[in-house]
Amino acid sequence: MMLNYDIVVIGGGPAGLAAAIEAHKNGAENILVLERDRELGGILQQCIHNGFGLHVFKEELTGPEYAERFIQELKDMNIEYKLDTMVLDINEDKLITAINTTDGLIHIQAKAIVLAMGCRERTRGAIHIPGTRPAGVMTAGTAQRFVNMEGYMVGKKVVILGSGDIGLIMARRMTLEGAKVEAVVELMPYSGGLTRNIVQCLEDFNIPLLLSHTIINIEGRDRVEGVTIAKVDENRKPIPGTEKHFECDTVLLSVGLIPENELSKNVGIKINRITGGPDVNESMETSIEGIFACGNVVHVHDLVDWVTEESTRAGRNAARYVLGQLKSEDNIVEIKPGKGIRYIVPQTARLSNVEDKLLLYMRVDDIYENMKMVIKVDGKELRSIKKRHVAPGEMESVNILKKQLDEFEDIKEITVELVEEE
Amino acid sequence: MYDVAIIGAGVTGCSIARELSRYNLKTILIEKDNDVANGTTKANSAIIHAGYDPVPGTLKAKLNVAGNAMFDKITEELDVPFKRVGTLVVAFCEEEMEEVRRLYEQGVDYNVPDIQVLDKEALLEMEPNLSDEVVGALYAPSGGIIGPWELAIALAENAVDNGVELKLNAEVKDIKKLDEGYEIVTASGNVKTKYVINAAGLYSDKIHNMVSTPTFEIIPTRGEYHLFDKSEGDKVSRVIFQAPSKISKGVVVLPTIHGNLLVGPNAEAIEDRQGIETTREALDFVAKQGSKSVKELNFGNVITSFAGLRSKTPENDFIIEESADAKNFINVAAIDSPGLSAAPAIAEYTVEILKELMGELEENKDFNPIRRPHINFIELSDEEKAELIKKDPRYGRVICRCESITEGEIVDIIHRSVGATTVDGIKRRARAGMGRCQGGFCAPRVMEIIARELNKDITEVVKDRNGSYILTGPTKEN
Repeated sequence: MMLNYDIVVIGGGPAGLAAAIEAHKNGAENILVLERDRELGGILQQCIHNGFGLHVFKEELTGPEYAERFIQELKDMNIEYKLDTMVLDINEDKLITAINTTDGLIHIQAKAIVLAMGCRERTRGAIHIPGTRPAGVMTAGTAQRFVNMEGYMVGKKVVILGSGDIGLIMARRMTLEGAKVEAVVELMPYSGGLTRNIVQCLEDFNIPLLLSHTIINIEGRDRVEGVTIAKVDENRKPIPGTEKHFECDTVLLSVGLIPENELSKNVGIKINRITGGPDVNESMETSIEGIFACGNVVHVHDLVDWVTEESTRAGRNAARYVLGQLKSEDNIVEIKPGKGIRYIVPQTARLSNVEDKLLLYMRVDDIYENMKMVIKVDGKELRSIKKRHVAPGEMESVNILKKQLDEFEDIKEITVELVEEE
Repeated sequence: MYDVAIIGAGVTGCSIARELSRYNLKTILIEKDNDVANGTTKANSAIIHAGYDPVPGTLKAKLNVAGNAMFDKITEELDVPFKRVGTLVVAFCEEEMEEVRRLYEQGVDYNVPDIQVLDKEALLEMEPNLSDEVVGALYAPSGGIIGPWELAIALAENAVDNGVELKLNAEVKDIKKLDEGYEIVTASGNVKTKYVINAAGLYSDKIHNMVSTPTFEIIPTRGEYHLFDKSEGDKVSRVIFQAPSKISKGVVVLPTIHGNLLVGPNAEAIEDRQGIETTREALDFVAKQGSKSVKELNFGNVITSFAGLRSKTPENDFIIEESADAKNFINVAAIDSPGLSAAPAIAEYTVEILKELMGELEENKDFNPIRRPHINFIELSDEEKAELIKKDPRYGRVICRCESITEGEIVDIIHRSVGATTVDGIKRRARAGMGRCQGGFCAPRVMEIIARELNKDITEVVKDRNGSYILTGPTKEN
C-alpha cells in the first residue's frame, strides 16, 4: 500500500500531538500521526499523578487529562492517525515504511516528517551494577506502566536507584499502593529531579534520599532479596567501609533517559553527542531538510509543558516548510554553550526564519548559586539574567527578541554562559 | 521402562538427545529447570573454536576439530544462526608471538583448516580497530560464532519432534540401581531406564556420586562478560583472543551472532554451583583486559553484564565414558571450553559408546533432521513482510521495539514443541527484550502474550526460573 501525506508525525505522545495540531493550525492539510502503542498520549497515559499543564493551561492536570485535551483537539480537527503502527524505516526522500495488523506493510510518502518518538530509560546494564540478575529489577517507568495501566504491583519492599522524576513519582506511588520504599539512592550530590517532586514524593512520606550513594551489589537468585549500598567519593567511586545493606524484593531504576533515535540514525540525521538527539535549527529542523524533531527525542525535558511548546514550533515550521515559507538558504548562526552550560537547543539558527523571538532551551552542568546567565552575540554581551539557583535537573530557557538581533550584522555565533554575580 | 535417560538439557544433553533420536529408542531428556539451555549453555563466549588449542592426546583435542567441522550442516538443518567469521589469537610482544607460532604448529598437527600466522600489518588490515601494541596473530578462518542457547533449544526441539520425551522441572534427587537399569527419582516423578547418560554439567559429579564412589570433582569456574549495544558491534569482525601469557589466559573480544559486541570472560574458581553473580573486580578486570586488544571500547554502551559457570576439573579434559562401578551409566562430564564447539562430536562419540554397550541400534526411519525454520520478520523483504501480515496479522504488531520482534514470532515460539514459557525463554528464542531497552517497553506485552497463549494468570508468568516472579499481585481495589 502506498500513501501520500504532506506531514507525517512519528509518535503520538505529547510532542507528536502538539506538532500535528499546530501544523494543522498553520495551514497544513493532509497530516498523519503514527503511534506504536494502542492509544494516543504516549507515556502521559501512565502518569496518573497531577502537576501537568501549569504553564500551558495554568492549571494542574494529570497526565491522561493533559493528553486528552490534545487528543480531543486532534480529533476535532479530523487529523488522521494510525495506532498500533510501527515505523520500520524512513529514508532521506521521506519515504516511510511502517506495519500494523490491519493495513499490513505500508509505504508513506511525506513532504515533511516530524520525529516525536520520545525517549527510553537507561537500564541496569548501562550503569553496570554487579551482582545477580534476578526478577524484581526494573526501570521506574516499566513499574509505572505495570502499576498504573496494567493494575499489578511489582513488589513490596523497594529500593530506588536514581532520583530522576519518574523514580521520585514511583516512590510515592509504590508507597500509596502499600509497598515500603526503603530509600532513594542517588549517585550525585544533588537530585536529578524537580524540587517539588522531592518535597511531595519523598519528604511528605518520610522516604530517605541518600545523596552521593549508589548500589554496589544486587542479591537474590531468582527474585531480588537485598541490595548493598555505599557512599561515593567526589569521583563517584564507592568508599570502602560505608557499605549498608537493605533487605528488599524490588529495585527500581531511575537513572536517566535516552532519546530514542534509531530511526533518525538509520536515515543519517546528525545526532548531538551531549543531548543524544538530533541537532536542530531555529525551526526544529534536523540536518536533513524537511525532517523536523521535537520533544524528548531531541533532548530530555523535565516538564511536558516545555515539550508542548517546543513541539508547536516544530509543527508550525513543518507546515511553513510544506507551504514553501521556510528559507533554506541563509547565514547559519551557531548557538554554543559557554561556561557552566551543558547544552543548548537549538544548535543553529537561520535568522531570517526567526519570527519575533528565538527561544533557547538549555541545561546547566552543576548546581550553582547566585549566578547570572550572560547571552553574547559574537562575543558581545546582549543581556544577562540573574539566577539565584540553577540545577541540572531543571531546564532553563532564554528568549532573545528578533529586533535585538537585528541590531547586529552578520552574526556568526550566539553563546550563553554562567558568570558569578559580583 | 526407557531405553536411555539423559540427565541435563544443556547443549551437551540436547546434542546427545538429538543424536539418539536417529534410532528407534525410547529416550527421555530430564532437566531440573523449567527450560532447556538454562545453565552453562546460556552464559558463555558463544564461540565455535577452530581447535588448535587443546593439549595433545586429550579428548578435547580430538573432538574440537571434529565438532567444528560439523557445524555447517547442523546449523543449516536446525536453522540456528552461525557464522565462520574466523578467530585471531593476538600477540602483544615477541614472547607471545612464540606462543602464537606454537599454536600454529599444533593446529597444523590437528588438521585445523587454513590457519596462518599474520604479521602486524596484515592483522591491522583485517582488524583496523585493534590496539597499536599488537605485533601479530594466529588466524584460523574456520573458527566461528553461534547462538549457543538457540543451538541447544533447536537440538531439543528437533529431538522431541523425532520422538524424544522432554521432562522439565525434574531435578534428580536420587538414582537407584535396579536389577536391570536404574530408577531416577526426580522432583516430578520417577523414571526407570536401562541406560543413563549423565550430562548434568555443574552437577555431573553429584549425579555420578548417586551411583558410584566419587571419581571426579567439578570445580565451578566463573567467567564474567560485558555485552555491548549493537552500535559497538562492528568494532571487530572476528573473534579476538589474546595470546596466553604466564600471567593471564586473556580476555576475548568478539562480535556476537546478532551483531552486538561481547567482551569476557575472566576465570575464577568458586565454591557455589549457583554463583552466577557478577563482581565489581571481575567486571573491571574484563573491561581493562578487553581494552588492551581493541582501541576505544566505549563501556557507556554496555547494555548488560553477566556471569556464567564452567565445569572444570584439574585434569582439564572431557570425561566421556561408562562409569567404572556403575554399569550402563555413562558420564559426559567436565564439558568446559571447547564443549560448545565439540558438542556435535561429543554426541556422536557418546552414541558410539552406547552402541558398544547396547549392540547395533535400529535406525529411526522417520527421523527428520530439518527443523521448521523461525520466521525472522525484520529480515524479510517488504513483499514477504506484506504477504506474511496478510496471512497472519499478528506479524504486523511489533512487540519488542529494539529488536523489531512481532507478536507472530512470539506466539510461534510459545507453541513450538520445546516452546517458551517464561519472559527469558522468549528472549532467548526470539530476542525480544534482548536489545538496548532490555525489556523495559516490551516485558508487560510479552507477559500478556505468554499468559494468554498458555492460559495462565499474568501474575504466574516468571522471568526465568521458577521463583523469579515479576508481579506480586493486583493493585489495591478502589
